[in-house]
Amino acid sequence: MPELIQNPPLLLCPVGDNAVALLFGETISADIHRRILAVAQALEQQPFDGLVESVPAFTSLTVYYDPWVLSRQGTLDAYSEAVRLLGNLVEQAQEMQPEPARVVELPVVYGGTFGPDLEEVAAHAGLSAEEVIQIHSNGSYQVYMIGFAPGFSYLGGMDERLVAPRKAKPREKVPAGSVGIAGTQTGVYSVSTPGGWQLIGRTPLQLFNPNRKTPSLLQAGDRVRFVPITPEEFLAIEEEQAWG
Amino acid sequence: MGLKIGKPGLLTTVQDLGRYGYQRQGVVVGGAMDKVALRIANLLVGNVEGAAALEISMQGPEIQFEEDTVFALGGADLSASINGKPVRLWRPVLVKSGSILRFGKPRYGNYTYLAVAGGINVPVVMGSRATYLHAGLGGLEGRALRSGDRLPLGASSETNRQILSALLLRDKKEADFAEVQWSPEPELLPGYAPNPVLRARGHLEYNWFSESSREYIWHQKYKLLPQSDRMGYRLQGTTLALDEEREMLSTAMSFGTVQVPPQGNPIILMADAQTTGGYPRMIQIITADLPRLAQVQPGGLIRFEDVSLEEAQRLYYQQEKRMLALRQAIHYKLTHV
Repeated sequence: MPELIQNPPLLLCPVGDNAVALLFGETISADIHRRILAVAQALEQQPFDGLVESVPAFTSLTVYYDPWVLSRQGTLDAYSEAVRLLGNLVEQAQEMQPEPARVVELPVVYGGTFGPDLEEVAAHAGLSAEEVIQIHSNGSYQVYMIGFAPGFSYLGGMDERLVAPRKAKPREKVPAGSVGIAGTQTGVYSVSTPGGWQLIGRTPLQLFNPNRKTPSLLQAGDRVRFVPITPEEFLAIEEEQAWG
Repeated sequence: MGLKIGKPGLLTTVQDLGRYGYQRQGVVVGGAMDKVALRIANLLVGNVEGAAALEISMQGPEIQFEEDTVFALGGADLSASINGKPVRLWRPVLVKSGSILRFGKPRYGNYTYLAVAGGINVPVVMGSRATYLHAGLGGLEGRALRSGDRLPLGASSETNRQILSALLLRDKKEADFAEVQWSPEPELLPGYAPNPVLRARGHLEYNWFSESSREYIWHQKYKLLPQSDRMGYRLQGTTLALDEEREMLSTAMSFGTVQVPPQGNPIILMADAQTTGGYPRMIQIITADLPRLAQVQPGGLIRFEDVSLEEAQRLYYQQEKRMLALRQAIHYKLTHV
């Protein structure tokens, strides 16, 4: 039952009875991601009656709707309506100028108690701790999606030299703000949770704060840079935040 | 003035219809496990359908009313009583100040909803009063209720007052509480069953599963395990496997998604479903059957039945038409006492 939009190719598939998945491809790429965000942006600017919300992921955008509202209380076919409206939106999204990516700088203390696995990652890579810090903080990372936990970002673009396996035994508690590496991925723990990533540093910035207008610091589409700081600077930033 | 919690019970939280618009920031929708029961309980006390209520699970709490209050219970039957006298589900009840609501042996279901006139008045966080335990968000300080907690109630509306006066007509001085004698027709309520057949549709990774797994999912019974909670219901049965190993990129998940981790026992994501995940999604339970799913007790046997999208939509429209009929019926009762 999937609907195909030809140019550029895009598949629309029903998910359960209250969502449409827009499938843009099967591999992670900057181009696909740009197209996903363009449609998400078009939806935000021109929401249709019955739209609930949309969730961007690596290669898909899932659009949730209320079938009762979209079907005008059961008089139309909700899914057909959703496909019709989304088809129009996808077309419009192609014409839209994409918003330039926001660059977010995350100050990070690398190593020590802030990044207890820095030495392990360095040893695994055959590099010194300083080299790991340099490579990691020289990179520019794409936020592909937010998920798993509130404000948790999936980042793409880590230097392959830093690839490291997960911890054999996950930690019971990883502090919020911890910067980690797992396989080819790097990321920042947004809230304190159990976790198995190798921890190389920590940022004092709150990745998630329910009292902010936009609770998640990072959004899909942002670019992230890590900026090395000292423990003293960490404490100063933390204190500044506490005072709002 | 409001509600005071004595014994907290196994897990009592403030819930509403959930938090929408924040999934792209990683925040779950959450809200009531059985949203239809919450909606009906609210309608019965004259609230808007999505007002915040208490979600009470299995071993219920002890709740003292600190003022004369109109309430209704809906969902699981946890043998509720007021000052030792049984009180029935699915109808408005006027209770006198100082009375204590207690729960006993669960007769059916897991979650019952206590809706009170005016709603539970905790702060709105990100558009909702629902408690999201894992992130400590919403509800009362983002947590389950504890002994000694006090919950304030919202202001009464005109409809709340109509129901109150309908109950006052029946109030006998010596009684601790008064119930109306009517209750919604059983056809208007969710048809709970201990071992239900739940209708579902193949999900996007459905065809990744082996032919035999695709047979099993529609024909075998799966047992609900006790290690189940507001995030997920764990099932045990004939294990399910992919045709071949495949790379899965994290993608959207929702309430009713049946995902299959590598060990092969399916997990149904529930109200606090993570927004995204990386296990293959085999099927999606239709929206109209989620209330019945939420009320399956551990040990219950679930069978899945494949339905078309048209059928799934039709069943959802029927559910919403029942809610409309219920609203009208309640309005009629109130204006023709």
